[in-house]
Amino acid sequence: MAATLRRAVHSENHRLIRSAWLALVLMAGAVALIAYYAPEDADQGLSQKIFYVHVPIAVTAYACFGWGAWKALRHLSRGQAGADMESYVAIHVGLVFGVLTLATGSIWARISWGTWWTWASDQLVLFLVLFLFYSAYMMLRFSVADGPQRANLCAVYALFGVVLIPVSFFAIRLSHDLIHPVVFNQHGPQMAGSMLLTFCVAWAALLALASTLYRIELAGKRIDRRLRALKELHT
Amino acid sequence: MTAAEQYVAAAYLVVFVVVLAWVVIVATKLERLEQALQDVSVVREARTDEPALAEPTRRTASARAPHGAVEAEMR
Repeated sequence: MAATLRRAVHSENHRLIRSAWLALVLMAGAVALIAYYAPEDADQGLSQKIFYVHVPIAVTAYACFGWGAWKALRHLSRGQAGADMESYVAIHVGLVFGVLTLATGSIWARISWGTWWTWASDQLVLFLVLFLFYSAYMMLRFSVADGPQRANLCAVYALFGVVLIPVSFFAIRLSHDLIHPVVFNQHGPQMAGSMLLTFCVAWAALLALASTLYRIELAGKRIDRRLRALKELHT
Repeated sequence: MTAAEQYVAAAYLVVFVVVLAWVVIVATKLERLEQALQDVSVVREARTDEPALAEPTRRTASARAPHGAVEAEMR
């Protein structure tokens, strides 16, 4: 039993270190590509470079919320041990990326549209709704006592939230929003190959960063839980 | 520095600062966990030392003194 646990922890730590190195290498590569390789946009100029950080962060936030919902589903359908904790940590990381999406988006909006925020854009408003929905998840989680009831409530809530992801993603395409630009449409990506490569590397870097943060946070929570159990044993 | 450069720098700086803040929070949590681990270790060591200290005392005492005296010594 102890040997199995030790092996699992060792394997998890190994994956964490690999993920951290991958994130570091990809981040360095992405920064280099953004600074020296990707050309300046003919229309927006230098400010378009925010795209390489803003969009990958937003998509990574969606991925985190989606992962959280998947883990919630595993908790509800199979009662998988630790799935509730994994779901919570994924949503937590998603919220951090959500804050970054809103912050970088606001900065880009300020230089492109001359305003920090506009309620006229469905994409912006729906992302804010999604962000607030998952912020309320935290309120729910910390207002119910720890136990199976809290895990089930949070899992159901996380599953409801996942519906908002495609709504938020496709809103701009469905509503013909003229404010927020559409780069990826049914004809493929509307940008040069060098820009697409830079975008893909930046996205991979941010996914690796999110994965690393997720694993670090999860490892911390698991250690905390084990320590609490040990403390209870010894008192 | 042009306005565009300032805004681009600000966007990247925000990301950097948030990730840095995350690292600081994780470091703080790690410190707390280390402290908790130390507390558990101290309790465990105290538990392990108790019988080890008590055992030879009991044996030497029981060899020399009657039962009541051993109990008094243990107390």
